[in-house]
Amino acid sequence: MNWFTKTFTSSIGRKIIMSLTGLFLCTFLVVHLIGNLQLFKHDDGVAFNTYSHFMGTNPVIRTIEWGLVLGFGFHIYEALMLTMRNKGARSHGYAQWQAKQNSEWTSRNMGILGSIILVFLIVHLYNFFWRARFGTLDADINHNDDLYKVVVTSFHQWWYVVLYVAAQASLGYHLWHGFRSGFQTLGLNHRKYMPLIKNFGYAFAVIVSAGFASMPLYFLFFTNENGALLTSAPAVLHQLALAFN
Amino acid sequence: MAGSNPNAKPMNLTLKVWRQPNRQTEGQMVDYQVKDISPDMSFLEMLDVLNEDLLHQGQDPVAFDHDCREGICGSCDLFINGRSHGPEKGTTTCQLHMRKFSDGDTITIEPWRANAFPVNKDLSVDRSAFDRIIQAGGYVSVNTGGAPDGNEIPIPKDIADRAFEAATCIGCGACVAACKNASAMLFVSAKVSQLALLPQGQVERQTRVENMVAQMDIEGFGACSNIGSCAAECPVGISLENIAILNREFLTAKAASNNLA
Repeated sequence: MNWFTKTFTSSIGRKIIMSLTGLFLCTFLVVHLIGNLQLFKHDDGVAFNTYSHFMGTNPVIRTIEWGLVLGFGFHIYEALMLTMRNKGARSHGYAQWQAKQNSEWTSRNMGILGSIILVFLIVHLYNFFWRARFGTLDADINHNDDLYKVVVTSFHQWWYVVLYVAAQASLGYHLWHGFRSGFQTLGLNHRKYMPLIKNFGYAFAVIVSAGFASMPLYFLFFTNENGALLTSAPAVLHQLALAFN
Repeated sequence: MAGSNPNAKPMNLTLKVWRQPNRQTEGQMVDYQVKDISPDMSFLEMLDVLNEDLLHQGQDPVAFDHDCREGICGSCDLFINGRSHGPEKGTTTCQLHMRKFSDGDTITIEPWRANAFPVNKDLSVDRSAFDRIIQAGGYVSVNTGGAPDGNEIPIPKDIADRAFEAATCIGCGACVAACKNASAMLFVSAKVSQLALLPQGQVERQTRVENMVAQMDIEGFGACSNIGSCAAECPVGISLENIAILNREFLTAKAASNNLA
């Protein structure tokens, strides 16, 4: 092995790839969340469909998309490699184990949280990305694919909303530990700045997960099947009755 | 909890102890009763009482590691009630006193668990993996000739303090034992940052971190996932900041050193 492969197959090297890809995926979350906020516009999805058309066709975005695929790919691959290494480091466990006395739950369960996010990601990509890119959708008034309609329909199925909210809770916990952990792994731990990085990471985790979770909840509870805002409590109850039937 | 208390009542305890005859044979947890334990005894003295009882009964005493019994050598290495060195923070097993427990308690005592630390017998583990990591680079070159004047090597006070904090690591392995991943990074990072911070450590600075991390991986320790159990259970309070320093040292050494292998 040459020095380069030796570096990135070492325990620290793999961690460095984990943190770089993880922090890169954080930037993706920011872009994705800001773009999706257009779902809250009361324009029958015109702005959202224009945006998704741009994201699906712009050559720069399409190129960065491959970066995103690699980002997810390496993050998951290194997670598997490190987990195998770590499990192999202690084949005989303890009879009594009081880890909760010395560490946070999120930090010990990144693999489980990540797996929930992966399951969500597969369902999510199939439902939206795959249909938008390879399926045939109705056209909206601007002759863009009406992805907004797919969103509204999906988010009126209760089990779908439950999956989304559960996945966003997992994402929130994953980021709660992952954000600051990424900086620590890169060696960016300084007495002056670490408190700021930690608190920023906690805020980031809450804002991103709550932001994404608010979308399915908004459509389930507050809009009808066309995405129009419900104005009265009886209308909301009627809508919920439909979603659970 | 009371300190030395003449009125403290002796305690009767149930111990669940890992018994394993040798490296090759699988062991098991065995229950023992100990009676009239003084709250002023150290944990190891309590085990001495158990072993005397076992000897009187013609049984094999429990093997456990210990040396100075003053909290400085790092030899004692018991995993007590699910935690490295037991429930008290910032303490080695020998400095843990029985007053931290109550009459009638059941105490689980296990060896450090890591594949890199094989169990020799009962509670005694082989920690020579740590020695091999130190041999890989945890030293400084000292040239022969006239010793340089100490005042000619200025070291800022805060740097000296940080190096000293890292140097307090006694190599007990509590970090590995407590870590979900059985990672040795807190230990290695303490040794690497101690020497990287001081002028004497500059000569082998890059090669040291490269070789020590390589040896750490060869020994089969896990990778760090920044859980923080290690620092929380460390008897001398080595901080996680050292692991960040280790990662920084490793990355810069790999990028800039002349070692192509």
